[in-house]
Amino acid sequence: MRSYFTTPIGYVFAAIFLSLSAAVFCYTTLYALSADTSTYFTAMLVAFVVLLPLLTMKTLSEERKMRTEQLLLSSPVSLSGMVVAKFLAAFTVFFGCILLSSLNFIILYTHAEPNTATILGNLLALILVGMAFLAIGIFVSSLTESQLAASVITVAILLVLMIISFANSLISVSWLRFLLSGLSVFSRFQNFANGIFDVASLVYYLSLTAVFLFLTVRVYDRRRYA
Amino acid sequence: MIKVEHLVKSYGTHYALSDVSFEIAEGEVVGFLGPNGAGKSTTMNILTGCLSSNSGTVTVNGADILKNPAEAKRQIGYLPEQPPLYTDMTVEEYLGFVYDLKRCTLAKKEHIAEVCEVVRIADVRRRLIRNLSKGYRQRVGIAQALIGNPPVIIFDEPTVGLDPKQIIEVRNLLRTLGKKHTVILSTHILPEVQAICDRLLIISEGRIVADRSTDELTRVIRDSRRWRLKVAGPEREVLGVLRGIPGVLRAEPQADREGGEVSTFSFESAAGTDVRADIFYALAERKWPVYGLEAVGTDLEDVFLQLVEHGGELPTEKTARRRK
Repeated sequence: MRSYFTTPIGYVFAAIFLSLSAAVFCYTTLYALSADTSTYFTAMLVAFVVLLPLLTMKTLSEERKMRTEQLLLSSPVSLSGMVVAKFLAAFTVFFGCILLSSLNFIILYTHAEPNTATILGNLLALILVGMAFLAIGIFVSSLTESQLAASVITVAILLVLMIISFANSLISVSWLRFLLSGLSVFSRFQNFANGIFDVASLVYYLSLTAVFLFLTVRVYDRRRYA
Repeated sequence: MIKVEHLVKSYGTHYALSDVSFEIAEGEVVGFLGPNGAGKSTTMNILTGCLSSNSGTVTVNGADILKNPAEAKRQIGYLPEQPPLYTDMTVEEYLGFVYDLKRCTLAKKEHIAEVCEVVRIADVRRRLIRNLSKGYRQRVGIAQALIGNPPVIIFDEPTVGLDPKQIIEVRNLLRTLGKKHTVILSTHILPEVQAICDRLLIISEGRIVADRSTDELTRVIRDSRRWRLKVAGPEREVLGVLRGIPGVLRAEPQADREGGEVSTFSFESAAGTDVRADIFYALAERKWPVYGLEAVGTDLEDVFLQLVEHGGELPTEKTARRRK
């Protein structure tokens, strides 16, 4: 559970994340001579689709493959405790990276006067979306023994979630549109991106996280009975 | 200490365990014996809470493994068939992690050092588990089970894949542990059971077919009346003479590896008779020198087959004769 930093994966993830965020930051704001951060955040969101599965792909699949899950299952730790710990471990790494990448904004503040509310809203949204993605990733990881399968499937699911919001504009059936935009991870993001604190979206992301973590616990519970 | 009642476990339509019940008292060292696929590992996984049963209950020291898992699991140290090691940690980190995982209250540093001392891995403490040999990994696995000093220790085939020297070491270790802990150990190696266990549970096709003390089993083996005889003489005639000696049962020629004049036979002697002298004189009379006469121990397969055949009863005079 605390193995992100005893193995290279934590460092590799942090390195990719930070360099990517810096690069995206340069392109979208410095290069474009703009203090508008919305492009940066949208780009980061898209990057999450590929990056976050890297963090979660091995959380549970590796335990299963190496049979170390037997150690966890036979120790006096509840299933939910185990899953939540996995989630917190991944989240800590992710959160650390978000914090570090926020240093980028210092440059912006020295040269311009960006909208602080927008930036904070976006950061919060980014963290919330990240939580949901991590939970989905952990859930997928619990379904398979292969890290590769876990990461590919997670990317696929996240892509579908992203496409929903783009496809949404092409659909003319109103109730379907309503349903899809409700489900869409990205259309929810817009509210935060505009600097609006939307409680419904906050609840949406948190419950998405909770649902997938709960499902992960169920996977383990069910497998014990299988 | 451990009470198992009517355990049933099925995978689809296949029953891995059908109605397994037994009880283990404190301080007992119990061997779980059975062929592959008999349900040994399944039982152990259920005992430790890694699997759940379809029905039946397991209580460890009064705590039900399903209703009060944290309390029950705290009592158990478990070494699965494949030791659950994080290969990218050092031995010390790993044991520290297990220590935290089990929420131990003993003094951490001293306790880990002590466990390392017991299983003799102190010299590899700072090495990555990935780089350890199989014997050392197994020992780290054992160390993991000992962390927290649980009253019950469950080992699933602890000596598989070790070299003979390591096997002896692990056995000695288990014997030492048996003095202070309740130990359950699964194996299919008979001498192991004889060396370590007080009691034996034989499991076959998901059922307990025998629950015996090791002494009883040892007696069966010691009383084995099977012999192997090597004689330099014509096979068929020697066989005729052998069969003519009173008390010699089931004399059969055996495939011979020596070739030449020497033929090998196996036979059993009737209970209460010593046929060795008779055989010697009968053969000497005909000038067929005896090259060897030795008692053949009953091996696990035989004991096991007998137990299964006789519905868990050890063979008595009557049944032995009937088999003739």
